Amino acid sequence: MAMSLTEIRSQFPALSRTVYGKPLVYLDNAATAQRPQAVASLWQRLSLEENANIHRAVHHLAALATDAYEQARDAVKEFLNASSREEIVFTSGATAAINLVAFSFGEAFVHEGDEIIVTTADHHSNIVPWQLLCERKKAVLKVLDIRENGVLAVESLEKLISQRTRIVAISHISNVLGLVNPVQEMVRISHKMGVPVLVDGAQGVVHEPVDVQALDCDFYAFSGHKLYAATGTGVLYGKKKWLDAMPPYMGGGEMIATVRFSGTTYAPLPEKFEAGTQNFNAMPTLVPAMELVKAMRADAEVQKEQEAILDYVYEKLTGDDRVVLYGTERAAKIPLFSFGVKGAHHEDLALILDKMGIALRSGQMCAEPLMDRLGVTGLLRASFAPYNTLQEAEYFIKSLDKAINMLV
Amino acid sequence: MTLEEKKQQIIEDFSLYDEWLDKYEYLIELGKALEAFPEEKKTEERLIKGCQSRVWLDHELRDGKLYFSADSDAIITKGIISLLISVYSGRTPQEIAADDFGFVAEIGLKENLSPTRANGLVSMIDTIKKVAENGR
Repeated sequence: MAMSLTEIRSQFPALSRTVYGKPLVYLDNAATAQRPQAVASLWQRLSLEENANIHRAVHHLAALATDAYEQARDAVKEFLNASSREEIVFTSGATAAINLVAFSFGEAFVHEGDEIIVTTADHHSNIVPWQLLCERKKAVLKVLDIRENGVLAVESLEKLISQRTRIVAISHISNVLGLVNPVQEMVRISHKMGVPVLVDGAQGVVHEPVDVQALDCDFYAFSGHKLYAATGTGVLYGKKKWLDAMPPYMGGGEMIATVRFSGTTYAPLPEKFEAGTQNFNAMPTLVPAMELVKAMRADAEVQKEQEAILDYVYEKLTGDDRVVLYGTERAAKIPLFSFGVKGAHHEDLALILDKMGIALRSGQMCAEPLMDRLGVTGLLRASFAPYNTLQEAEYFIKSLDKAINMLV
Repeated sequence: MTLEEKKQQIIEDFSLYDEWLDKYEYLIELGKALEAFPEEKKTEERLIKGCQSRVWLDHELRDGKLYFSADSDAIITKGIISLLISVYSGRTPQEIAADDFGFVAEIGLKENLSPTRANGLVSMIDTIKKVAENGR
């Protein structure tokens, strides 16, 4: 179904609001996307009219709530092209999903002296859980570096993997560099050495169609709120062979089969990893969110506009002597731009642009090791979503120029 | 100019601008005009904790009055500390310690900063107050 960009924008009430009397130009989509009406309406309806705890009771409302929740699982399975619904575990977000793997996979497979590989370009959420695991197990964290243009140094991966490597954790797209990493190739290299791969898809799932069977990754994690769904929704995809072999992460609620003081047995997948009351009012909002994503991907006008924004902003930022853009590999670039301005502090720029109605991110963007690697104390980030327009991109560039002139 | 007169002057200066962008422009000018701060004074002890951008504050007591100097790597923050210095430098510790810093709220500065910067502003004020209390 083809939609015009105007129609798509009209589904997101926040996009027509003003800030400080100016139209809001929302370019902080990598932090969280705006919510469409369909998501908010469903969330509200489930909360107000179909609220009952799932899986347990026999009454009518409980059946409705359980159906909505489990249908969302089926929809995610289709969206990621997973081979079975057992491989889809609901979490509170990508961070929780990665922590789950770091804990449970770590319990089962990581021992003293073993090695975990992460990358310089990862978000803290894909670094710190592994550091905690390494501390717990006296394992060693190894780091894959980036090349000058921001692309992961894939050629070094093979050398970095050793007999002791237990897992490789990478991001599909860095939240700072805005480059699509060669995940498929990295999975192939790792698997050749017998090592599984976790992919942090928090940014990736938003910008790229994901087929976990084609990627052949072992785990894929993402957050719903960056994908237009409700906050507090998230997904862990895990290959069944791993999820089966991993112990539960948390205990209690629907994750059990039988509980005796002599010993407790666990529920089958995926409930084994869904302890406690689940976010059942919110999780079904993944369905309208994913439908919208699919519609936007299939929409020629939206895709053309995204390409135009990418071309325009990339050209303007790389062509400006005052600006340093990080993550410049054009072929892998998505419309997510982190940059510094010579002689101007990123916070000053963000503050001025805010007053011009432009929402963007400044600071370290939860990637301090990457900031150190780039030799900066922080950057400014403009991240576009398919509902952004070329006109907004032009206003951003014009405003940035004005802000730089105020400061430098 | 007395402390009260100086605060009144700043409130009036700020009221000249309707738009926050113009107020920022004014703060940027103040920041640029701030006296140069020697590199060797940019030490860990002079760094104000709680600011996202780095702010250094130094002080000396001369003839019973406190004199402040400062620097920051962000220009609007530098403008803010410059504004505070212009009000409180050359006052007695007693006078500063007894002040409620209410003019900051009156010009709407705190409300118009990002939360991280607003915290930084509070830290700057706290540091100036502490210096004054220790100097009494």
